[in-house]
Amino acid sequence: MKMKILSYPYILWLVIFIVAPLFLVLLYAMTIYDGGSLKFTLGNMKRFLDPNYLDVLWISIKLALQTTVITLLLGYPIGMIIARERPSKRNTMILLFVIPMWMNFLLRTYAWLTLLGKNGIINSIVTLLGFEPLNLLYNDGAVLLGMVYNFLPFMVLPIYSVLAKIDKSLIEAAEDLGANRFQIFTKVILPLSVPGIITGITMVFMPAVSTFVISRLLGGGQYMLIGNLIEQQFLWVGDWHFGSAISIIMMIFILIAMAITSKFDVQKEGSSGLW
Amino acid sequence: MVRNILKKLYIFLMILFLYAPIIVLIVYSFNDSRSRGTWKGFTLKWYAELFTNSEILSALYYTIAIAVLASIISTIVGTFAAIGIYGMHGYGKKVILNLNYLPVLNPDIVTAVSLMTLFKSLRLEFGFITLLLSHITFCIPYVILSVLPKLRQMNKHLPEAAMDLGATPFYALRKVVIPEIKPGIINGALIAFTLSIDDFVISFFNKGVGVTNLSITIYSMARRGINPVINALSALMFVSLLILLIIINKKDQKNFNPKKRGESI
Repeated sequence: MKMKILSYPYILWLVIFIVAPLFLVLLYAMTIYDGGSLKFTLGNMKRFLDPNYLDVLWISIKLALQTTVITLLLGYPIGMIIARERPSKRNTMILLFVIPMWMNFLLRTYAWLTLLGKNGIINSIVTLLGFEPLNLLYNDGAVLLGMVYNFLPFMVLPIYSVLAKIDKSLIEAAEDLGANRFQIFTKVILPLSVPGIITGITMVFMPAVSTFVISRLLGGGQYMLIGNLIEQQFLWVGDWHFGSAISIIMMIFILIAMAITSKFDVQKEGSSGLW
Repeated sequence: MVRNILKKLYIFLMILFLYAPIIVLIVYSFNDSRSRGTWKGFTLKWYAELFTNSEILSALYYTIAIAVLASIISTIVGTFAAIGIYGMHGYGKKVILNLNYLPVLNPDIVTAVSLMTLFKSLRLEFGFITLLLSHITFCIPYVILSVLPKLRQMNKHLPEAAMDLGATPFYALRKVVIPEIKPGIINGALIAFTLSIDDFVISFFNKGVGVTNLSITIYSMARRGINPVINALSALMFVSLLILLIIINKKDQKNFNPKKRGESI
């Protein structure tokens, strides 16, 4: 049966809208417009070595790593508690962690302004208790909170789905053989859940390192992450060559991060890593 | 016992953390004041204004139009592509599957600027068409990824049997293959629709003058203070989604299907 033909329209689409654009970005990154003609250069990449830009890269990576670690520490117990519930209860509970994602994430992030602001809800409680109002907004902490808030479900879902699939008899066998709770966790549950952890880490780290919205809303207008830098170059400065170079550099860092995490993945998962 | 209470408390706190902003949004959609932070009494005026505010209505129109068109087109193209990929072998299949993963694995902002450079190079005017093309592009891979597993589950002799019995390939596709993989197609269409309706980053870079979606409107409003009408709109959307979900869940419990349940999330 010649089913292959059915994929040809998409292959064409793939070449035009996915492959070609990436090559265009690479082309922009490697060239500069000089007197009416394109010239090959590595100058755009070199420009990024300026300490100011390297600082932005460092802060972005640091924040993304912090977000990943915090969501993992918060999310793993959630996944574990839900996975141990009765199956009928499980679906409802996991749904509770999915539903918030249906509301526009910009609005949910924006709502934190109402909670964290100078006259916000948290500060009203703080002053009611007789303390000085806290400075909760427009700093690293606020951006970190926004990221943890937005990306926590992405960590919970893959970890939960792996934990829910673990064969109960493995745990019983470990108990029969005299393992205590701690040993069961470190020797049985944790190793078996590694694929879920890795999917979770990729699903959190990648959007966290490239975000520019959360940092803009909760960090204020001056707050710069690498995503903000790309946005600035493309939309406000108009230097697409430098913007493309930053995008390429960011992609390289993400590829490195993914290569490192997949090193820990002993049993390679198939194609079903998404949900 | 203490362990159980601690567990319940922990889950409760995490759910509170996730829902606190949503509750705040819904509560403030009834607030009789423009500024956030001050409560001036109950009102429904933002809900009434929702139907007269042209900026928001136009954004809502484009959001839904793009989401409907993008999910239909990407579902059709993606389903056929998945069937085609399923029929392939060897190196070509691997290459296409890996390329298909690119928009899924690439950060949104990279997909966004790469499409922007493409449209600019093609001298396309930024507007409805560029927005639609970019949405279709990031939706198709998810449709394929949700249809392919269903094809793998299908007994591969089924279409062959149909053709042995005299069905044309097209007839076998329509009467045997498509019904077999229908849950995957529906799931893919739903993912495409939600992704499109919620997208900000890719739309932000590929929008045109006068053509924006809700996310972009919210983002540009965030600087000058969000119009509470947006709160009202999102409260409405959230509640209607919730009701829809409860109805589906109720229906699901009636005709309990153990095979389907595990995959519904």
